[in-house]
This record gives sequence, C-alpha cells and structure tokens, in this order.
Amino acid sequence: MSTTTGENSESTETTWQTLRRGLALSPELRTGLAGTLALALVYMVGRVAVPVAVQRGIDHGIVGGLDLNVISLTVAITAGVLVVTTACGYLMMRRLFTVSETALAGVRTRAFRHVHDLSMLHQQSERRGSLVSRVTSDVDQITQFLQWGGVILIVNLGQLLVTTAVMLAYSWQLTLVVLVAFAPAVLVIRRLQRRLAGAYGLVRQRTGTLLGAIGESVVGAPVIRAYGIAGRTARRLDTAIDGQRVAQQRAIRISIMGSSVGELAAGLALAGVVVVGVSLGAGGTLSIGQLTAFLFLVTLFIQPVQIATEVLNEAQNAIAGWRRVLDVLDVSPDVADPGEQGRELPPGPLDARFAGVTFAYPGGPPVLHDVTLDIPAKSRVAVVGETGSGKTTFAKLLTRLMDPTEGQVLLSGVDLRQVRFDSLRSRVVMVPQDGFLFDATVGENVRFARPDLTDERLTAAFAELGLSDWLDGLPSGLDTPVGERGEALSVGERQLVALARAYVADPDLLVLDEATSAVDPATEVRLQRTLDAVTRGRTTLAIAHRLSTAQAADEVIVVDRGRIVQRGPHEELVRDTDSVYALLYASWLEQTR
Amino acid sequence: MRLTAGESVASGTSRDVLGRGLRVLGQAIREQPRIFAVAVSGSVLFGLLVIASAYVVGAVVGDVVVPAVERGEAARGALALAAAALFGISVLRVVGIFGRRLGAGYMQYRLQAAYRRRVTRRYLELPLAWHHRNSTGTLLSNANSDVEAAWYPIAPLPFAVGTLVMLVGAVASLFFTDWALALVGLAVFPALFALNVVYSRRMAPRQARAQRLRAEVSGIAHESFDGALVVKTMGREAQETARFASRAGELRDALISVGRLRGVFDPMLETLPSLGTLAVLVVGAIRFRQGAISVTELVSVAFLFTVLAFPVRAIGWVLAELPRSVAGWDRVRRVLDATGEMPYGTTTLDPATREPATLAFDDVHFAYEPAEAHLPGAKVLGEVTFTVPAGKTVALVGPTGAGKSTIASLAVRLVDPGAGRVTLDGVDVRELTAASLAGNVALVAQVPFVFDDTVRANIALDRAGIGDDEVWAALRLAEADGFVAALPDGLDTMVGERGTSLSGGQRQRLTLARALAGRPRLLVLDDATSAVDPRVEAAILAGLRAPADGGAPASILVVAYRRATIALADEVIYVEQGRVVARGTHTELLATVPGYADLVTAYEQAEQEREQNRTYDEVTPLPSGLEIEVDR
Repeated sequence: MSTTTGENSESTETTWQTLRRGLALSPELRTGLAGTLALALVYMVGRVAVPVAVQRGIDHGIVGGLDLNVISLTVAITAGVLVVTTACGYLMMRRLFTVSETALAGVRTRAFRHVHDLSMLHQQSERRGSLVSRVTSDVDQITQFLQWGGVILIVNLGQLLVTTAVMLAYSWQLTLVVLVAFAPAVLVIRRLQRRLAGAYGLVRQRTGTLLGAIGESVVGAPVIRAYGIAGRTARRLDTAIDGQRVAQQRAIRISIMGSSVGELAAGLALAGVVVVGVSLGAGGTLSIGQLTAFLFLVTLFIQPVQIATEVLNEAQNAIAGWRRVLDVLDVSPDVADPGEQGRELPPGPLDARFAGVTFAYPGGPPVLHDVTLDIPAKSRVAVVGETGSGKTTFAKLLTRLMDPTEGQVLLSGVDLRQVRFDSLRSRVVMVPQDGFLFDATVGENVRFARPDLTDERLTAAFAELGLSDWLDGLPSGLDTPVGERGEALSVGERQLVALARAYVADPDLLVLDEATSAVDPATEVRLQRTLDAVTRGRTTLAIAHRLSTAQAADEVIVVDRGRIVQRGPHEELVRDTDSVYALLYASWLEQTR
Repeated sequence: MRLTAGESVASGTSRDVLGRGLRVLGQAIREQPRIFAVAVSGSVLFGLLVIASAYVVGAVVGDVVVPAVERGEAARGALALAAAALFGISVLRVVGIFGRRLGAGYMQYRLQAAYRRRVTRRYLELPLAWHHRNSTGTLLSNANSDVEAAWYPIAPLPFAVGTLVMLVGAVASLFFTDWALALVGLAVFPALFALNVVYSRRMAPRQARAQRLRAEVSGIAHESFDGALVVKTMGREAQETARFASRAGELRDALISVGRLRGVFDPMLETLPSLGTLAVLVVGAIRFRQGAISVTELVSVAFLFTVLAFPVRAIGWVLAELPRSVAGWDRVRRVLDATGEMPYGTTTLDPATREPATLAFDDVHFAYEPAEAHLPGAKVLGEVTFTVPAGKTVALVGPTGAGKSTIASLAVRLVDPGAGRVTLDGVDVRELTAASLAGNVALVAQVPFVFDDTVRANIALDRAGIGDDEVWAALRLAEADGFVAALPDGLDTMVGERGTSLSGGQRQRLTLARALAGRPRLLVLDDATSAVDPRVEAAILAGLRAPADGGAPASILVVAYRRATIALADEVIYVEQGRVVARGTHTELLATVPGYADLVTAYEQAEQEREQNRTYDEVTPLPSGLEIEVDR
C-alpha cells in the first residue's frame, strides 16, 4: 500500500519515460500528430522563403543585369508560398490545440475521478490542497506550456531543421561555420538551463513561503491584534517578500545570460559567415545572393537559441506537472470496487460482524487488535472511548473507507470486500463529523444521494424528523442557499441538514460519527432528537462523543487502546463503578449537570 | 491563487481600460524612475542597434561581398572591419539586452515586493471589522495575484517603449535612404502595429474567460475533495465527476478558442513583415534600375524588415496585459485606500502591578458594519453593562448568536464599541498603548490559530521575558506539557500548516498556553476548551483560579456551555439577543431565569424525556435482566 505520490518522485524518472507514460494514458494525443508535424514543417518553409527569394532576386535579377521579370516572378511565387504556409500555420495550431486541450481535459477529469476512487487513507495522507492542484494547476501548467512554449518548441525545431537544410543546399562550408559558432552557445545554455531550473525551483519554494506568511497574517489577524505582535508579523512578511524578490532576480539574471550567449553566438556566426563566405565568393564557389541569404538565415538561428533556456525550463515544469498527474493516476486504489464480479447485499435489514479484525495505518502500530463484534439487525450500537482509543476506525471499516489489515468485516454474512460499491453505498450511509455541505440550496444538499426526490418528499422528510419548524424558519425553505461549505448556516444547522441527507438516503445500516463541535445545549438536544428519529428501525453504529447517545443505545461498546474492554447496555455498564465506562460516564455527568 | 485574477477584466470600455492601464504604468514609472530609465535606455540602445545591424549587413554585402566576388579577391582590411562591425554590434546588443531585461525584471519584482509590503501592512493596520467584511481568499489574492497582475505589463514595457523609438528611427532611416522604400515601410509598420493591437484586444476577453473557468474548475475540485467523505460514503463519485467534467469541458473549449485566435494571428504577424520584405525587393529593384539606390541600400532595407518584426510584438504584449493589470490595480487600491484604523492610545497601566485586573463594560453598544455603506449595520449588542471584579471568574452564558464572542472581542479591544466604554482598571481600553493592552489582557478564541512555526515560537511569540521555563510553565498550566514533551522535537517541533498536525484539543491547549505565558491580568476564554476532554478542562480551569506556583491568579471572563465550567464561576452573566438579561450566581439564575434554566438543563430535560419514552416503549414486556431506573 503506497501512501505518497508526486512530490518525492520528482527526479526518479526521465523526461522520455514521463512522455511515454503520458502518451500511453492519453493515446488521443497522437491523433493526427504526423499531420500536425508535417503542417509545422510546411509552415516553417515560410520562414526561409524570404532569404531564398532574396538570393534568387539578387543572383538572377540584379547582379549581372537587372531583370524585373525574374524579380516579379520570384516575389509572386514567394508570396504564394507565404499564403500557403500561413494557412498551414493556422491549421497546425488549430489541430495542436484542439487535440491537446481535449486530451488534457480528459486527463484532468480522469484524475479527478481517480482521487475520489482512492481510499480515505490515501486521501488523508496527501494534503488535500495538493490533490486539488493535481487536477488544477498541474494540468494548467501543461496546457499553458503547450499554448506558448509547446508551439515555440515545435516551430523552432522546425525552423532549425528547415534553415539548416537550406543552408546546406547553399554551402556546407558556411553551414559548418554557423554550427561551430553556435556549438559553444548550446553547451553553455544547457548548463545555464540547469541552473535556471534550480533558480525557478527556489522561486516556487519562496513563493510558497510567502503565501504561507500572507495567509497567516490574514487568518491570524485576531491573534496578531490581541497579542500586539504586528511588528513581528511585519518582519516575517518582509523576509518572505524579499526572499521571493531576491530569488526572482537571481532567476532573471541567469535567463538573461542565456539570451546573451545566443546573441553573441549570432554575432560570431555573422562575422564568420562574412569572412569565410567572402573567401568562398572570391573563389567563385558562392554567389552574392547565396551569401546574402546566409546572413538572413543566421538571424533565424538566433531566436530559437535565445529562448531555448526559457522554453526548456517551461518544458521541465510542464513535464513535472504531467508526472505528478500521472503519479496520482498510477496509484491503484487500495480499496477497490469489485465491480461486476462483486456481490449485492442481501435485501432486508442488515447485520454487521467484525471477525478477528486488526487494523494498522501503514507503518504504524495496530489501532484495533483482533476485534470480534456482532451487531444484530435493527439494533442501535454506540461505540465509546477516549480520543485515540480507535473508536472512529470502526466507522471507517464498516463503510469500507478502509480495509482491515487482518480479519473480515461482514454485512449479513458477505465480506465487504466482495460487495459492489453501488450496492454498498445505497445500503450503508455514514454521517461524518463535520456534516459537510455543498455550495447549493438546502434541498439540493438533502437530495444529494437521491436526486430524484421531489420537494414534497423532502418537506415530508423534514416533518418526519420533527424539523418542519426549522425548515419553515429558513428565508426560502428548501431553496435557501447554504453558502460555501454550508457556512451560511450555523454548525448545528449544518448537522441537521447532514442528518436529513442521510435520512432520505434511507440506508439499512447507518454509521454516525458524532460531532463534538460547540453548539449550545439546546441545539445539541434538538440534534439528539433528530438523530433518534433518523436511527429508528435501522441498524445503527454510532461513534459516540456524547454519552447521551450511549445511554439511548441498545448496546454500548467501550473501546480502550484498540480493544473492546466492555460491552452491554448502559445501565449494566455503569454498575461496575471502576470500569472505563463508569469513569467516562462520571466525567460526563460532571460536565453536564 | 488565481481565483480572482481577471474576473472583472471585461468591465469598462476598452478605451477606458487603455487610458487607465497607461495611468497604472505611469504610476510604476513614477515609483521606479531610475531603474525604468536604465531599462528604457537598454531597450533604445537595442532598438537602434537593430537598425544599425541592418545597415551594416547591407554595407557588408554592397561594399565588401559584391566587390570581392566581382574581383575574385577579398580586401582583407575591409573584411576584417566588416567582421568586427558585425560582432561588435552583437556585443553592444548584449549590453542593451542586459539593461533592458535586468531593468524590466528588477522593476517588476521591486514593484511587486513594495506593493505586497504595503498591502500586508494595511492588513495589519486595518481593524478586524474590516477583515470580517472580506473573505480570506480575497485578501490572499489581493496581496498575491492582484499585485502580480497589476505589475505584469512592466516586464515587456521597456521593450515596447524601445520598440516605439526603434520604429520611428526605422522610418526616419528609410526616408533618409529612399522615399519609395520609406512608403513601403509606412504601409507595413503601422499595419503590423494595428494587427498587434487587434490581436491583444481580441485575446483579452478570451483569456479572461479561460481564467474565470480555471477558477471555477478549481473551486469544484476544492469543494468536492473537501467533501470527499460525503461523496464517497454516499457513492456519488460519478455525479461529482460529471459536474467536474462539464466545467472542465467549458474550460477546454475556452482554451481551444484562445488557441485558435493565436493560430490566426501568430502566423499573420510573421507573414506580414515577410510580405514587406518582398515588396522591398520589387520596389527596390525598380529604384535600383532608376539608379536611386545601390545594392547596399536594397539589402539594408530588406534586412531591416526581417529583423524588425519580432520586437514589434512587445507592444502587443503590453496591451494584452493592460486589462488584467487595471483589474489587479483596482483591487490593490481598494485595500490601500481602506480606512478605519484603530489607533492605540498613550496611557499605560502600571507595569509592576501583577494583581488581577478589573474589567468593566459601561453601557456598551455594538453593531457590525454593513457590507455596503448605505445598508444599516446588524446590531449585535445594546446596553451591555457588567463588571469582572479583580481576581474573580465571570461566566458568560447564552444561546448561539447572543453576542458572547463580540463581548469577548470588545474586552480585549479587537473591536471598539459603537457607544459606551470598556475599561480596564478604570482606564478606557482605547486609551491604552498596544504594548500595555497586550501585556495585561489575553484572549483565547473559539477556533485555535497556530502559526506555521515551532511550539516554542507559537507560545512565546517573541515576547520579552518568555524563556523556555515560562513556556513550560504555561504548557503545564494548560495541561499541554505531556503531549508537547512527546513530540519528536519537543519545543522545537514545527506545528501548523506544514508541521506536525495536532488534534483540535491539542491546538486549543497550545493557544491557551500562549495566552498564559504572558501572565495576563485578565484572561478571556471564548469557549476555548470545547475540544478538550471534560476532565482535562476541569483541571485547567482549577489551575487558572489557583496557580500551583503561587503566582497571582488572573481575572477570568469565560464563555461557556458546560456546567462544570459555569460552576467554577463566581458570577454568571446571562445574555440573550445582545442584552444582559440576568446576572447572579448559577443557583440564583437557575431558580429565577427560565431561559437560563432551559439552556443549562437541556441535557437533563432531554434525558428525562428519553427515559419516559423508553418507559412507554418498553412498558410491556419488560426485557429480562434489564432494569429501568431513572438515576440520580
């Protein structure tokens, strides 16, 4: 079970391997690639058309007697060629962008789905923000590169190719001069490019630090104010701001060196071409037009070399982004849907069984030790224990957010690992602690699992839960927007909506991870009542933080350090006054009355 | 990061944007005049050398190559001079490139840094009320991406200015060479310029749309991954993917549309100068026949058209960035121009006094400022009067939304009252210096905030007189010494966003220790122990009231729900809807105030109800071996 992706696999794979992997995952990227490259090559013929026209014009129309007809014909043909190559340029880009954007949108969507398919365990081991960037900024980096650098790369490679071909056709000696002049520049630029990659890496790192510092000054504003530490905060901000600026300045200095080397190489090439070319021309092996064309052609060499540092750097970033996306896609979900081969849960009420279940987080000590537990159908069971006792692991295993390290979890006799997800998810529903709501209306959130339910049915459901008053009190009833993450509602209200959402999903097994959030006791009592209504007649496992839940349960399971230490109805358990449960209960009583 | 950039790009007419964009650029030049001068000088030098290079190439062809080929031998002196001139121009161009790019880059980065500093300074100066009116995301992007967007056109600006000079120089040199060729230039250069302008105008809205969709795609991903547990446990992965895919599809279409526009204009921008060169060949040949120009001049002008094409695009780059720049600038200015600082006073309380402080609210009113100026503010508090006598513990009790947190914020002057006074030892808190205020009172908020730093730094906060001993003492008092000692690097363990993750209760205890380390004379706890185990909470509160080291206890104002907490208080103040409804001891209020009794006995009531229901439910048959007993 691998738990990390992305960040640390940065340098273990070569660019080619990444490209191969990427192409294997998005074969549509190859669609018409040959055609696109052919169009790019034709497009590049346009760039050498002018030097060739100059050569022909000079050699056949000006030197040795002016011939306007030859010049007009040359110009007319060249103009025609330019029209064609311009059109090819348009077609090339159009094909490139359409294919690449379509393929990358596919990659983006697949990665999104894949993240959802990964187990809870995996999702938690990654920082959520970094998963988001897999489907956002990492893919953006690739598309932005393709829209700018990718075109430049293709076009410039084509330009170098076509230019070299034309130069060779005119004179191999002068071509050699040009290549020799540019060779050291290429070597230097390769070195610079590596340094530039490091410099940009530092910029990214410092930008991250800066964002963190700004975030702290914004989110921590009350603390900063209350402790009078604005000065300290300002110093930290200044350090971060200047750190980023210094890194940016260093990067641009390296980048400028790259273009300067290209410029000097071009000067050297021009001088070399003139010196050698004039000797060749004097010897009669090179015409005036050819030599002039060469001077034009050399300028076509400058641009690709000059921007090579930048483009290669962008390319590295894009490849790194792609690699991170692919790494996520390559993690096989450790909790996988058995799919078609899987089994359906038997109809009717569900009972649950933990058979010799041990669970440990990867690399960690066991959180649950060899737990065996039967939960009869339609019974309400509460799991209690101190923080860190392992009680929430029960919920995660029962909903198959994770699989046990050893042993089995069975629902009505079927091992959970064999149950098809659609069957599992429609029959087993969990209400998580924070009652997460989506930025939509109350109604849309409640029908999240059952989009087919009508407003009438939802209203009825609220009534059944005893929440009609609350619903009527909302400004627009079911159509009231809940805001981002439900923040337009209070914490308690969010939990009510989450409970209603679970209620209309009508599961046969309900798993509740009870919230401890600060709501006033009156709200808490209302939640409790709603909870009672939701759980009535269903097999229920509640991870109880409030012992009132335990009191209401048919059976209480007391967990301590990963083992079940006590079980039975509340009234029985409190009788043993030295027991873990009795101590927990005493403490609870102290707090509530 | 990119969430808001480009959103309001479409606002205003394009001429309006151009004018305002140029004013923003003017502001940049006024702020960094010297470095701008360096950058423009470099750029102008570069531009003039581009023109010079064309004439040198022309001269080399006309005056060195042609004679050499015609005579069959090279003039060594002229050849050496030609080579030296060509290489020399390159060397000088490198100087120009350095001046231009270094200047432009430094100018851009300095402006960004300067404005990030100004914006974040404002964040520190502006009152919390202002912070509340702005979302975290907005404030983050104001200081980051908006500042970046505002100064983005600075990078190509010197190049564009140099190019304008170069274009004028080129046309002038053309007229100097030959009027007919100059006319070709007059046709091609403005056309090239116009094509760039049209291109950037068309591109701006498409880019803005793509940017907006990127933010939306990112928003869906954020929300969906945040709610992953709900998505997963309800089996809605497919529907969520469909929701994401549809927006990702829109983004794809937007990006394809950007790409197609590029596909139309990029090749045209390249072809136009080439057509110009061809025109020069025809016109030049005619003029050559007329004897008006030489081969030197013909080649010079043809070469000039070839090398001029690329720099002209810099003008388009600046224009393309202007709408984004203006939008970013507007958002940055909104922060810089915001008013409402809460200046501190000049009075200090006797620093030698370590006795507990007396806090008094005297007819305090408070209303939150409305989001928009013409709307009335939401009234939160009215006629709040109470005292926390020195050394006493006062519990603030009331239903959610009663204004308890606002009272806590007023007590430590995070906000100022609309009317009335909050005094500390009889001195209005508005008259106190920042240091005196922070040295005497401490607030522990409901939601703990932990800095991305070590445990030590989080508690000491660089305050004078708080060494490791004091930090450990505070941790002990907050019952946090145990888990901190167990951390891998003890006090040096990094906590916060990028450090070791702590549980909610651990974070609360850390922030509590932070408050205690300063030995405040008044401690305000805003439901600050809600995530701490009840037994631990009781121990903490007992420790606060009677410090084990014999130090002076603090006066305590505590917002609480738990009855154990309330029971520790000398007095209870019961608030409802922003008003003090009753005050007295817990027992008194329980007996005389029905609202209070309902709130604090909600559990018992519910339990009794449940017991009754259970009795009804199970009246027959009574399960064997199970006794129903109403305990107590």
